[in-house]
Amino acid sequence: MRMILTGNESAAWGARLSRPKVIAAYPITPQTSIIETIAAFIANGEMDARYIRVESEHSAMAACIAAQNTGVRTYTATSAHGLALMHEVLMWASGARLPIVMSVVNRAMAPPWSVWTDQLDTMAERDSGWIQVYTQNNQEVLDSIIMSYKIAEKHNILMPTMVIEDAFILSHTSEGVDVPDQKDVDDFLGEYNPAFKLDPDEPAGFGSLIMPEGPYMEFRYKMALAMEEARKEIKKVVEEYNEKFNRNYSPFIEEYRTEDADAVMVVLGTIGSTAKDVVDRMREKGKKVGVARVRYFRPFPMDEMRALAKKTDMIGVVDRSYSFGPGADLYAETKSVLYGHANIPVKNYVMGLGGRDITPQILEKVFNDMLTIAKEGVVDREVEWVGLQGDERWS
Amino acid sequence: MNPMEEMRREEEKLLRTDRLPHVWCPGCGIGITLNAFLRAFIRSKMDPNKLVVVSGIGCTGRAAGYVNVDSFHTTHGRGIPFAVGIKFARPDLNVVVFSGDGDLFAIGGNHFVNAARRNHDLLIIAVNNFTYGMTGGQHGPTTPTGAYTTTTPYGNPDRPFNIPHLAISLGAPYVARWTTYHVNQLQNSIYHALHKKGFRVIEVISQCPTVYGRRNDMKTPLEMMHYFQKNSVRKDDASFEELELKYNGKIVVGVFRDIQGIPTYEERYEDIIRRARK
Ligand SMILES: Cc1ncc(C[n+]2csc(CCOP(=O)(O)OP(=O)(O)O)c2C)c(N)n1
Ligand code: SF4
Ligand SMILES: [Mg+2]
Repeated sequence: MRMILTGNESAAWGARLSRPKVIAAYPITPQTSIIETIAAFIANGEMDARYIRVESEHSAMAACIAAQNTGVRTYTATSAHGLALMHEVLMWASGARLPIVMSVVNRAMAPPWSVWTDQLDTMAERDSGWIQVYTQNNQEVLDSIIMSYKIAEKHNILMPTMVIEDAFILSHTSEGVDVPDQKDVDDFLGEYNPAFKLDPDEPAGFGSLIMPEGPYMEFRYKMALAMEEARKEIKKVVEEYNEKFNRNYSPFIEEYRTEDADAVMVVLGTIGSTAKDVVDRMREKGKKVGVARVRYFRPFPMDEMRALAKKTDMIGVVDRSYSFGPGADLYAETKSVLYGHANIPVKNYVMGLGGRDITPQILEKVFNDMLTIAKEGVVDREVEWVGLQGDERWS
Repeated sequence: MNPMEEMRREEEKLLRTDRLPHVWCPGCGIGITLNAFLRAFIRSKMDPNKLVVVSGIGCTGRAAGYVNVDSFHTTHGRGIPFAVGIKFARPDLNVVVFSGDGDLFAIGGNHFVNAARRNHDLLIIAVNNFTYGMTGGQHGPTTPTGAYTTTTPYGNPDRPFNIPHLAISLGAPYVARWTTYHVNQLQNSIYHALHKKGFRVIEVISQCPTVYGRRNDMKTPLEMMHYFQKNSVRKDDASFEELELKYNGKIVVGVFRDIQGIPTYEERYEDIIRRARK
């Protein structure tokens, strides 16, 4: 069925179609309309689930963890400070190998307070053991939730997943979305089949203390293996979904006009669609540029990134957040997987923080900068902040 | 200059007028509450340079951004622990927490409970509009059972906090409740509380016509004020049941506890240091 939905309504529909049995949530801008829509679905009897508005995000995740442990699917959604407040129990969800699916609406962290889009909130959770998928339009928001349950619940994976959408640009903007039939989603997902669950007939203790000789390290190792396995399962599930629902997602990196590109811009989220538009315009002027939109940041698409680097002379990585290491996260990881595999210049462009607009004009300037680097073969500065107030270069 | 005009000027000195217009909806009760606080403060003749206003997040939380004194707009729920830190480092300062119901009693509820138990020397002005106003009207920890909100479209199954009773049970030395209809009583109450010590709690029942009232048959600020006017009764020795807020029920207002002489946390701490040094 074709419907006009905002990104948040698409998330609510994705959750509804996946039939979670417990939703625990706490409101935060710009996530609220997800949980309001779900509250209405449940109250109207359109969704068979229990819903609790707990007293904080920390409690929301704790409740999802415990509910999932009883052997049912759960769902929640949050943003920025809500996600940060969950941090402790995010680690618990992944360590306990619970395939919870959560929507995260990317928003800036305070101070100063800002409700606009920025990827620092999710980047700060990159080591929490959650699979992370970044989306570019409302259709992808909806579809990714359904696919995520399927991937996360595989018994060789059992890793929770964040389905990430940009604040306002997606969360509050309406688009035409194809909402799949419930029956088809049921066929695709199947009943939830937990690998283990709370069972009074077979009592088990969850979360016991172990000594350094105990299997702590082995548990972590198994998580690392599962994240590796997820690469294979993601590919399979995305292909299956494409086939069944007539979509064409690339599992890890969506490439656009990269085949003969002199320079490729690597991005996350909605920056991808703006960049593709700019690429078309620049191609008309004979400038050979392309875009690679990374969908999965966890697990990081190593092989795909290395293959991409073989096609081009230069990679410019756009980050909508900053990490105080060797540049921002997408850049640092891109560069590290290319080490020893491709000897091309890589430059980091940090922009759009706190929701500052990333316009086609700015991206065109960045592409031109990238083309110069591709031609000369040297990076002037490894990390450049683009669009700071008063900086004439990019305005 | 007439006294009204003079008061207005005094108040303006305590506001960051460059930040106006404020974000509050027309007819919102938060402005009335802030006004009552500023007037009480002016009347107290206390030194504005020694006043710190701390808020969490929410429509109410925006108050910290509008007062022209040292102020903190902290993270959601953490107004009280920030205030505790300020008071502990600078016991000479007059620290006031001005925040909303969701902020103080849901996400920050644990801080309220523990700070009250320790009797920190703080004045808490808790604006209770029965909802999470800023995020668009979800049900919160003070939403009456049965009330309609965006997350309870067929009525709220939760039981709300009984704030005065909670504060009293924790030993708070000054506990009052007013509505925004009771501007004079509210202002007097804040004035008196400013001169007292310890963990002082004033709950202000306030109207949020925009996201709460309109879902509960009170679309306009005036309808909400009428409700406050018609349904409030003053009873200083009210029982637990009487203090409970029922959906469309009576609102018992008054000063339910006003005792002095309980040492504050800051005083007890100083005392221990003094004894240890002897
Ligand atoms: C950790 C975290 N979770 C959620 C939010 C979103 N949030 C902002 S204000 C608010 C509710 C405020 O309600 P209340 O304290 O009653 O203040 P009001 O707006 O009603 O005055 C929420 C949930 C946040 N800022 N931080
Ligand atoms: S939403 Fe409600 S609480 Fe917030 S400013 Fe408007 S009326 Fe006041
Ligand atoms: Mg409120």
